Parts: sequence; C-alpha cells; structure tokens
Amino acid sequence: MIFALIGNPNCGKTALFNQLTGANQHVGNFPGVTVDGKSGAIKGVKDCTVVDLPGIYSLRPYSGEEIVTRDFLLKSKPDGIINIVDGTNPERNLYLTLQLLEMGIPTVVALNMMDEVAASGGSIDVKKMSESLGVPVVPISAVKNEGVRDLVNVLLDTAKKKILPSVTDFCEEGPVHRCIHALGYLLEDHAKRAGISSRFAATKVIEGDAEIVDLIAPDENELEAAEHNIVEMESEYGMDRHAALADMRYTFIEKVCSATVIRCRESKEHRRSQAIDKVLTNRYAAIPIFVGAMFLIFYLTFEVVGYYLSLLIEMGIDKLCLLTEAGLNTLQTNPIMISLITDGIFQGVGSVLSFIPYIVVLFFFLSVLEDTGYMARVAFVMDKLLRKIGLSGKSIVPMLIGFGCSVPAVMSTRTLSGDRDRKMTILLIPFMSCSAKIPIYALFTAAFFPQYKALVMMALYFGGMAIGILFALLLKYTLFRGKPNPFVMELPNYRFPSPKSVLLLMWSKAKDFLTKAFTVIFIASIIIWFLQSFDIRFNHVDDAGSSMLAAIGGIIAPIFRPCGFGTWQASTALIAGFTAKEAVVSTLGVLTSDLSMIFGPASAFGFLTFTLLYTPCVAAVTTIKKELKSLPATLLIILVQCLIAWVFATIVYQIAAACGG
Amino acid sequence: MMTLDKVKAGCTCRVTKVNGDGEFRYRLLDMGLIPKTLVKVIRFAPMGDPMEVRLRGYELTLRKSDATMIEVEE
Repeated sequence: MIFALIGNPNCGKTALFNQLTGANQHVGNFPGVTVDGKSGAIKGVKDCTVVDLPGIYSLRPYSGEEIVTRDFLLKSKPDGIINIVDGTNPERNLYLTLQLLEMGIPTVVALNMMDEVAASGGSIDVKKMSESLGVPVVPISAVKNEGVRDLVNVLLDTAKKKILPSVTDFCEEGPVHRCIHALGYLLEDHAKRAGISSRFAATKVIEGDAEIVDLIAPDENELEAAEHNIVEMESEYGMDRHAALADMRYTFIEKVCSATVIRCRESKEHRRSQAIDKVLTNRYAAIPIFVGAMFLIFYLTFEVVGYYLSLLIEMGIDKLCLLTEAGLNTLQTNPIMISLITDGIFQGVGSVLSFIPYIVVLFFFLSVLEDTGYMARVAFVMDKLLRKIGLSGKSIVPMLIGFGCSVPAVMSTRTLSGDRDRKMTILLIPFMSCSAKIPIYALFTAAFFPQYKALVMMALYFGGMAIGILFALLLKYTLFRGKPNPFVMELPNYRFPSPKSVLLLMWSKAKDFLTKAFTVIFIASIIIWFLQSFDIRFNHVDDAGSSMLAAIGGIIAPIFRPCGFGTWQASTALIAGFTAKEAVVSTLGVLTSDLSMIFGPASAFGFLTFTLLYTPCVAAVTTIKKELKSLPATLLIILVQCLIAWVFATIVYQIAAACGG
Repeated sequence: MMTLDKVKAGCTCRVTKVNGDGEFRYRLLDMGLIPKTLVKVIRFAPMGDPMEVRLRGYELTLRKSDATMIEVEE
C-alpha cells in the first residue's frame, strides 16, 4: 500500500517521516525544505510505503510544490493520506485538511506537537474533532515518537477498510453551500468518469482550475450553467468566488476549533520565539547579528574546528601512504605500480579526503541555521536589500545553502513562488562559493598566504558575492526586467534543532563526500596519473613535462597566460575540476609536489579567483539543466561563468603582479 | 480608506477586503487573510520593510507594497 504524507511547512512532517521510516532525512524549519517527494517503507509493517510530499498550505495549484502534491494525489491514487496538523496552530493547518477531505481518499489526521500543547496548558478534544471532520484524528508527538504506533495502526485500519471521510459538507446553509451542491450535482457524471469526487470537481471548477476542468471535460452548456451559478453566488454572498471559498473553509474551521480546542495560554515556544525575535529582528541589531553569525561560522569552520580535524586526517593519510610504499617496496612490486598507488591514488584521493571536516562542519552550521528557523528571519531582514537586486528575501536560503553545495541549493529554489525569482536565484548560486572549493582555497592559502588564511578566505567568499550582485543588477536591467514576485511567508516558531536530524545530515554529507572521493576522484586520479606518466606512444616517462597530459594541457594553457597561470598543470587541474571541484586539488597533488614551482603569490590569486567563478561542476550543471529545463540556457551559463572567471582572474592577477606580488 | 501597511506596530485591525489578483491574492486568502479576520501588526523589518503580522495564531510576513492590497478597519 502507498500512503501520502501531507501537511503545512514547519509542522514536523519530516520528523514524522523519519519516525515512520527511519530513513536518513533532513528536518527543515524553513517553509518548504522538502523539495522532492521522498519515500520510505514504514518500519515494522509489510509492503507499506509512505511518500513525503512537499510542505504546502493549500491545494490551489500555483507553485511547483502544490502542483507536485496535487498531481501525486490525482495520478498515483494513494491508498491513504496521512495529514499532519500542527496542534499548536490547528486553525491554519486545517485549511489544507478540508481540501484534502474533498478528494475522497481514506485520510487520517495526525495531530502533531501535542506535547507542546499540553505543556502550555491547552488541550484538544480529539474525539470531538474526529467527529466534526469525519476522519480519525490521532494525537502524536513526532519528535518524541509518541503516538506514532497508534497512528500507523489507525492508518492501516482505515486504508484496508477503505473508510472514506464521512463529512463532506463544510458549508453552512447559504449561497456558497447551494452553489457547491448545484455544481456537484451538475458535474457528478463527469467527475465519476474522471475518477474524482464530485465535491472536489465542484470546488475546483469554482476556483477555475484549468487542469481539473480539462480532466472532467464538461460540455459548453454545463460550463455556462456552472458559471451562472457561481456569479449568482458571488452577488448573493457579497464576495468573489475565491474569497467566498476561503471564507467558507475558515468559517467551518473556526467552528470546529471553538468546540474542540482549549487554549489556556500562549504556548511557551511562542513566547520564547517572540522574545528571541525582539533581538534577532531588532531594528539596529538584526543586520550586525546576521553578519556576525556568518563571520563566526566561517571562523569556526576554517580556523578552529575544521582546521585541526583536517590536520589530523592529513597526518593519518601521510603515515598510511608511507607505510604502504614501504610495504610495496619490500614486496618488490613493480615501480610503476607503486607510483600508481602512491603518486596517483594516495595523492589524489588523500589530498581530497583531508577536507571532509571543513565540509561537515559547514553543513552542521547551515543545518542548525535552517532547523532553528533563523533562515526565515534572515529572509525577513534581508528582503529589502535583496529586492534592490531584483530578488526576494526567500532567495537567501538557496544562496546560503549554495555555500554548502550548489546541487541542493538549486533544488531548493523550487520553494520560490515566481518563475523570475527562481531563474535569477539559480543564476546567482554559482557565485556562492561551494564547499567543494574549500580544499582549493585551503591548499593555496597554506602554500602562499599562511598568515592571512581567514582573510583570503573571506575575500574570496565576499568577492564571489560582490560579483554575483553586479551580475544580478545586470540581469535585473536586461533579461529580467519587470516586477518582483510578492513575498508572503510564514515565520515559524524557533525550535531547538533535533540533534538526531543534524547528525543524520552531517553523516549523509560526509557519506556523499566519501562516495565522491572513492568514485569520481578515484577514477579521475588514476586517469590523470596515467596521462602524466606516459607519453603519446604509451612509453613511461620520468618527466611529466613530456607526458600526454602536458601535451593536452599545453594546448589550452596559453588562454590562461593573462591570468598568470598559463602552465599545462594548472589547465589540466581546471579541466579535472569540472568533474568535481575537489579534483582540482587532487590533480595538482598528482602533478606536483611543490605548488611554488607552478605558481607565485600573484598567479595563486589569479588561480583562486578563476576557480571561485568558473563553471559549476557536472553535478551542479545537471541539476541546473533539470530545473531550468533548457540545454541552451545551461550551456550559456557555463560559458558566461568561464568568461566572468577569466576576466576577473586577469584583473586580479595583473593588479597583484603590478603591486609586486 | 485604511490599508494594512499603514497600521502601526502593536495595533490590531480587522480585514474588510482583499484586493489584488491572481496567485498573490489566492495566497493571501489561503493563509487566512480574509474579510473579518483580526490581524495584529508585530513589527517592521530593520530596513522598514517587509512587515510581520500575527493572525490565526501564527506569524506571517509580507511587503508593505503588497499589504496595500488589504483594506482594514481599526
């Protein structure tokens, strides 16, 4: 059996999903972190799959996420719906519930955060609520794993017996009620043929949902009759159709809530949130706090935690490499084989592995920012600034995620409402220096600017952002002229991030990185080693300068002469970087033991600038193509990024060289 | 005519009409901003825009330019 897990953003949906399936998944606190429906088998139950759908507020199809959910319900026809409702805020959450109930699919309401409700002295009459809604209501606490077993049992029972929602009428006597019923009656046959409930068909026709109208295909007379009915309702009710439907639903919910929900006092979490917000969104303190927080995160990642952990790993790998080499020597292995293992694999994979701590630590901080709900405040505080460059505050989330990895960042742009905002944000993400470039920066700063490590890092990160802003302004006045999309967003309560979900996320990032190190980087290292160890006639060469690689790299190297690094080693490293940015480091590791042979301080600056800005890696490019749905646009992005990188690298190098670097 | 963007921080008002059109208006309605709803203005963002309001037991943020679409009474 297949179940759909549906609910508002920030109602603990992903936490419940984790409890149900035990899957490694991320719990977010920013509206709409779940961007792709993930599925998992329900623990301890045979052949039951639950699909985690995006968090949405309504089934009205106007953003990508609502459409995903609606299409899943209409097309995959799940055996049941688990509708998760935030017990601390039932009123707005039930709005979606009412729309789900109209669809005529067996549904169970999971009333979440009941521990918080009880702790603040409130209570909800679950039995009464279940009667008024006509579906089973099960109180749970997803984070504490309370009531989840009961929920599964009730769900299985409801789905097996195919118990449909028993209350299908949410309207009081009046014009709206009459209109919906008249339309339901009118469209009944069509709806039945299309396999949807007649009430759902009626409300969708009133909302003017073109896709559903096409699906039920009423003839012209019927459409005309329906329109006549709706217009009559509008004039009688004194509201237009959309407001009238929303009003009908909220009126019903208010009635249900006043009969079942007892709110003793404001919840502890809410009072705490208000207090925190007084500081974090304070008129004077908000922006300094945000900048300070960012600074602290980078400092801790690159100077403190990540740095020492990384040093440890590096030492371990060096030891292991020496031991292996000694072992192979005593076994009298062929020197070429030894070279493959030590110069190729150990140098390549090893040089990348030591950077795991940086990446894991950075993702730790990003996920804490997201899970606590601070990201939403950043969007609130920064909206006005971002609007100046043609974006909305919501774009800040994908951009901050972009500092971790461009792939999830590009995917998370689906939470943005307008097409224009989405595209612009996607175009800007490559300017947010991703964590895979950290190894490159770390390598070069350690070699050339050891005493200014943090400063150079900051310069690169801020430099990337600054160029991104210029690029955005350019786009705003050329390709993306027009009005910015509206910005309507919930500010969820602050919550303490669940250690389990943060750890799971860190583990999954470390795992991704390890997989990449032992697959893409591993193969790339072997290929690079092979190309640099043999010449075109497959003779083993001692001097890499006469190898195949030198020949290939030599062809494009002149392009980079103005940027200061016109050597074949640098060009090869950059090409390898397209597979994954870490490969720049592994390639350089294989090609040279001493960076100062190829680079000077000025050309190191040029090289860093180029890697900061040039084309995103294959994985990111593929994701961008998927989201933009256009190959030419994606190719153009690659070209433009390379061009921008070349221009700025040249400027930086020429200035640095002139200043005597 | 009073609109939501002109309400002072800390004051509560009642929605009388939601103007605007298309997706944006549906979003407002779905979030519970419908006639008769009580809305309390919590604060304005540090740069004066957007604004944070409280309604139906939760906090919502929207831009002042969008809030002009919402007619209210004290």
